Amino acid sequence: MESSSKLAGHWSASATQASDSGKRAGLTLALPAWLGWALKRIASSLLGIIVISMLVFAATQVLPSDPARTILGPEATEDAVQVFREKLGLDQPLIKQYWQWISRAAQGDWGHSIDSNMPVTQLIAGRVNNSLALVASVLVLIVPGSLIAGVFLALRRDGWLDRTLVASMIALKAIPSFAIAIGLVMLLATSVFSIFPAVSLLDPNRSAFAQPQFMILPALTLVVATMPYLVRLVRGAMIEVLDAEFITSARLRGLSKRVLIWQYAIPNAVIPAIQAIALTTSVLLGGVLVVEVVFTYPGIGSALNAAVDIRDIPVIQAIVVFLAASVMTVNLIADLATVLLTPRLRTRPGKEAA
Amino acid sequence: MSTALTVRDLRIGIGQGINLVADINFSVRAGEVLALVGESGSGKTTIAMALLAHTRAGAVIESGAVLTDGLDILSLSEAELRHVRGNIISLVAQNPAMALNPLRTIGQHLHDVLKAHQPELDVDSRSARIAEVMQDTGLPGDAAFLKRFPHQLSGGQQQRILLGLAFVLRPRVIVLDEPTTALDVSSQARILVTIRTLCQRYGTAAVYVSHDLAVVRQLADHVMVLYAGRIAEIAPRASLFALPRHPYSHGLLEAIPDIALRRAPSPIPGQAVGPAQRGAGCAFAPRCRHADGICQAQAPRLRDVAPDHQAGVHQLACHHTALGLTLSQPQPSLATQQRDQSSLPPVLYLHEVSAHYGKQPVLHGVSLSVSMGECLAIVGQSGSGKTTLAKIMAGLDIAASGRINFNGHELPMRAADRAPAQRHKIQYIFQNPYQALNPRHTVGETLATAARHFFKQDAGDIAQQVNAALHKVALPARVATQYPRELSGGELQRIAIARALICQPSLLICDEITSALDVSVQANILELLQSLQQQGLAIIFVTHNLGVVRAIADRVLVLNHGITVESGLVDALLDQPVQEYTKQLIADSPSLFSDLAA
Repeated sequence: MESSSKLAGHWSASATQASDSGKRAGLTLALPAWLGWALKRIASSLLGIIVISMLVFAATQVLPSDPARTILGPEATEDAVQVFREKLGLDQPLIKQYWQWISRAAQGDWGHSIDSNMPVTQLIAGRVNNSLALVASVLVLIVPGSLIAGVFLALRRDGWLDRTLVASMIALKAIPSFAIAIGLVMLLATSVFSIFPAVSLLDPNRSAFAQPQFMILPALTLVVATMPYLVRLVRGAMIEVLDAEFITSARLRGLSKRVLIWQYAIPNAVIPAIQAIALTTSVLLGGVLVVEVVFTYPGIGSALNAAVDIRDIPVIQAIVVFLAASVMTVNLIADLATVLLTPRLRTRPGKEAA
Repeated sequence: MSTALTVRDLRIGIGQGINLVADINFSVRAGEVLALVGESGSGKTTIAMALLAHTRAGAVIESGAVLTDGLDILSLSEAELRHVRGNIISLVAQNPAMALNPLRTIGQHLHDVLKAHQPELDVDSRSARIAEVMQDTGLPGDAAFLKRFPHQLSGGQQQRILLGLAFVLRPRVIVLDEPTTALDVSSQARILVTIRTLCQRYGTAAVYVSHDLAVVRQLADHVMVLYAGRIAEIAPRASLFALPRHPYSHGLLEAIPDIALRRAPSPIPGQAVGPAQRGAGCAFAPRCRHADGICQAQAPRLRDVAPDHQAGVHQLACHHTALGLTLSQPQPSLATQQRDQSSLPPVLYLHEVSAHYGKQPVLHGVSLSVSMGECLAIVGQSGSGKTTLAKIMAGLDIAASGRINFNGHELPMRAADRAPAQRHKIQYIFQNPYQALNPRHTVGETLATAARHFFKQDAGDIAQQVNAALHKVALPARVATQYPRELSGGELQRIAIARALICQPSLLICDEITSALDVSVQANILELLQSLQQQGLAIIFVTHNLGVVRAIADRVLVLNHGITVESGLVDALLDQPVQEYTKQLIADSPSLFSDLAA
């Protein structure tokens, strides 16, 4: 990495030197320099999703359970199970089964739930919406919250407030999210203050946003579980930028504190924060599994938990592929944003970000 | 001309009664350049930053005044300072790549500073001012250029932008902190001319911090030599370079390898004292040949030594004002005296070596050879491919084609493919000694690890070899138990050399190994390399400093854009260069003896 970035520096230096006399041709071209990189990055994300779907399919098929037996129950005869297995296509080679599964999935048909015989898409659509509503509400709270708190603490570095909050955030980070959930339930839903419902009995016919009282405790749990990391990262990034030579230089040119903070420091601190937000979003997508189970919130987390319990393979496959694709997409967006916000990366054709 | 800047009794401390600099008094006239010179720890940057009422974390300006037009900058509030900084007194930082905001275009940088100090200007007036300053600093002022980001400029252009940012409001005083250290000689020579011109044109007083006396001689009107946080000598340029009065000034001048001088530079013995170890006497006394009882007992005061002030103020802080120190002078026609060792069988021979980084070619068919006991210098500007060439010889993984012959045997390109018996014969020493040694190993462990890697032997033998290697680089055996952080840069570079020597090499590749070191330490290392060379070691010395080449190399190869421009015996080539490129490189190299155009 070290040598490759040095090398790239060498390239761009010689490129600029070469074009010193004339105008830079690259600047007048209609196609931006990063486009090639972006297309490659998108293609590799798609490839990644396909590879994950293969792994998920293989893993669920290799599990020591027989869908035909699961569906027909223990009393069914071996012959009946065999017939049903052929009907499900389970006697065919694994690659052929995969191809059938993935080509149908690509058209939106993820098969039927073994448990309820409902189409998987129909079964999980509402659940996906509920979970996304939860993750979105958490992000809306923690992203601006962490940026503000991180910058605020960085500007008061080593003051009593900074030291107290950093210490308590480290302590919070050490508590597992299910413990936070239980603690919040005890505090806000039962004996101490009985303000919010302890379980999230959402009406499936209405949007989750229309029933905010059921989202508050799960969302609060996720906020408490993920925000300390993000605040500390923004604070660290901001401190690093504030210590950078270009800030000192700009301060010694008489630029006002307002310009220094808003136009010089924060934009530079936001770039590392983008990757951290992506990471936090991935953690949230995983975190909903635990929190939804604790609050019996009807999202994909609790659905996956139930599906694993009864070996409902089509549902497991669909949810895991969905989660993997979401994580990939989030990272793709974060990488694109990083490149677009970093001139050094944006103006350099064909180079990897980060 | 009028006095633009006066500094009185400046004292900067780090608490507990320890001061970094003290008793600093000087003034600079409008349009003139005062150079602050000294080695690391001399306090030159500390003083320069204090002129903008700025200190590094932990240091405090304890007393003193920095006056410009009757205004004491040190007495201002933070809000008042904001109007002074960049407007009345401005700064050009050392490392231009780090001093510019990577997310803002250079046009935005210039607009920002104008907006900060002259908010009444509209966009068009600001743009007009920017166009003017771009012309002043020798940069294209078109819209496309102003839309570039810092990383799209060369180092020289970045430094010109910093100059432009510092000059755009026509300040009374400009502070330049080693502004050319990161540049190659040709960019440096052009920037120095620009600085000089702008200071004269706008009557700006400049304070120029540098460790390079040869550069200072091209630029400064007065020179202030600092030692251990005190002024050792202030003199007009001509006086200082002709007749230095302080033994430290003299030592510094003698320690500089000069392109016009075929001699080993003489190091100043010993090390500078830290701010906490300063005793009652003269801080330089422990390293001074002329020191006597009074120097140990009493710190000398700064006194006028040329009271008529005809040539300008000349002040000296030394008890001995009549030492009659003389400087080495260049001798003509050296070329005929140089021994030619290239007729000896070569230790290493490169035939038509080419290399690429990705699709970018960096070396085109370079051939060279180096014989036993010979020092070959590889010279070129940044990006010339000189370090790539050195790495290929060392077998560091670089996509290269061509042939390498070592002691008569074909050598594989990659070190991993070379036999251990071949590998230990070629040793590589890096530029930055601070990063080249494992900080968690003692010096002894570092050296023993290298010895064990190549030679199977018992612990007693290895301990003996470690001692012998330390002895060869003139370090005491007790250093073996110390960690890198306890040692100075010069000592660390000696240890890096010792680590190479313990592998029993026949070829030493030195990649700019003295460029991160102070001149007196550099002189020390060059002396050591010469003694190793006399013992039969072949040395390849990669550098951009032609003074160093003249001082230690036998032959030189000049590289430009990966092509051999010229090669030959050092004296012949430096005295009578054939190629235009070499001539330019020589002309751009600052020298203590060349005729000054000004």
